[in-house]
Amino acid sequence: MADEYKPPALPAPFNNTRPAPELLTQGAEAHLYKTVSLDPSIPAALKVRPSKPYRHPILDRRLTRQRIIQEARCLSKLVREGVSVPAVLALDWEGQGGDEAGWGGAWLMMEWINGPVVRVVLEQWEAWMKKNASSLDAAQLEQENSRVRDLLRRIGKTLGGLHKAGVVHGDLTTSNLMLRLPTEGTESETSPTGVSMQGEVVLIDFGLASQSAQDEDRAVDLYVLERAIGSTHPRSEPFMEELVHGYRESHRGAVSTLKRLEDVRMRGRKRSMIG
Amino acid sequence: MASQLERLDILHLPESLSVYVALYRDVQNAAFLRQQLLSGNKEFEYAFIDASMVLSRAHATAAIFRAINDYTNDRLKSHNVHSEIVFSLNPANNIADSFRKFGIADSTKDLLVVKVSVSPEITYDSVATHLETSVQGNSVSFDDETLSEISDVPRIKKVFKLGALPSPGDKTNGTQNTNAKRQLELSLLGAIALRGS
Repeated sequence: MADEYKPPALPAPFNNTRPAPELLTQGAEAHLYKTVSLDPSIPAALKVRPSKPYRHPILDRRLTRQRIIQEARCLSKLVREGVSVPAVLALDWEGQGGDEAGWGGAWLMMEWINGPVVRVVLEQWEAWMKKNASSLDAAQLEQENSRVRDLLRRIGKTLGGLHKAGVVHGDLTTSNLMLRLPTEGTESETSPTGVSMQGEVVLIDFGLASQSAQDEDRAVDLYVLERAIGSTHPRSEPFMEELVHGYRESHRGAVSTLKRLEDVRMRGRKRSMIG
Repeated sequence: MASQLERLDILHLPESLSVYVALYRDVQNAAFLRQQLLSGNKEFEYAFIDASMVLSRAHATAAIFRAINDYTNDRLKSHNVHSEIVFSLNPANNIADSFRKFGIADSTKDLLVVKVSVSPEITYDSVATHLETSVQGNSVSFDDETLSEISDVPRIKKVFKLGALPSPGDKTNGTQNTNAKRQLELSLLGAIALRGS
C-alpha cells in the first residue's frame, strides 16, 4: 500500500476546529473542505488556497490575496443581486505570520449547498437511459426528455441572472452547477430513472470569475458550458437550445450576447489575434 | 432577575477562548456604561453594542468571529478585541464611525454585550456576576426571535447601503418575508467578511 495521502495542515483558526474539517476535493489552486459554519448546527464549505512554495513569497501573497478577494466579491455581489450562489460567511486574505516566513495562503468560508452536482445528475440519467430507454414507451420517453429540457432551461435562466448582475463565471461546466435539494414537504417528482432533477440551480466555484458586462465574456461563458455539455453529456446535447431559450428570456442584454455566441461558436473561445 | 448570559459556541476557536454574550432590553444606565468605556475602565472592557443595529445571531457572530480572528493574528485595527467587535460590525473602515453607528449611546435601550475570555480570570461566572451588578436592564435570550423585535431594519439596510434589497418586516407574506431576511442577513455577512479588502 502506498502511503495514505495527507492533506496539508489547515491554517488557523481551523486547526482548532472540532471536529476537524473533512477534505472533499483538491484542485490546482485550492482545497475544499466540509466543516461547520459559525453556528455549529449549520454546515459550511471551506476553501483554502495554500501558498505556493515555488513562487516568490511576495508575489505569491499578492496573487493569492487578489484571487480569493475577487472570488468573495463576486459571490457577495451575486448574493445581493439575488442570484443563487453560496454566500460568503467569513474570509481571510492576509496570510499568517511574517511577510516572507509566514503562511501566505488564504481561506474562504461559504454557505454549504445541499444537493447533487448537475454533472452527476446528467451522468446518472444518461447511464440509465442508455441501458433502459428501449423499455420506455413514447410518452415516457417524451417525459424524460422534457425533464432534461426543463433542467437546461432553468440553467439558462440562472446564467442569465448571473450575467445580468454583471459577473461572468469563467469556468462553467456541469461540475460547477448544483441542484439545491428542495426542503422537506415538497412533493418529489417520480421518474422510472430514479434521478431527480428538482431543486434550485446553484452556481459554484467562482475561482476564475470576474466582473464584466461585455458580450464577448458572457458569450464565452455560454460557449464553454455548451462545449462541456456536448463532450460529457452527449444525450443531453440536443436540448442545448433550451438553455439558450431560458437564457434569452432572462434579461434584456441576452439577445446581443447570443448573437455574439454565434461568432464565438465559429472561431472558438480565443479571439483571433490577426488584425 | 437572573441573567441569561450565554457561552457562544464557535467550533473554530481555540478552546481557551470563550465568547460570552448577553442581550438586555429596557436598559436604564446606558450613559453610565458608555462613560466607563470612554474613561477606559478596565473592569468594563466589553463590546457594548446597540442591539437595534443587529439583525440576527449570525450577524453578530460574524463580527465576533472576524474580530477574534484578527485578534489571534495580531492585526487589530482598534484597541482591543472588544472594540474590534464593534468595529467589525461596520462594513466601512472608519473606527469612530462604527462606534457611532453600532456602539452603545446614552439613549440605548436594547443592548448586546459581548465578552471574550482573553485571560484565564475571565470565566462564565465572573462575567455573569459583573454584568448582573453593572447593567440595569432586563436580561433576555439572545435569539433571532427576540432580535427581530429589536432590529431597526431600515437603518441597518441604510448603513450597509443595501437599500435596494427587498425588506423583511411586513408580516403579510411568510415565505417571502423569510427569504428577504435571509438575503439581507447573507449580504451583511459578506460585507463584514470583505471589509477592508
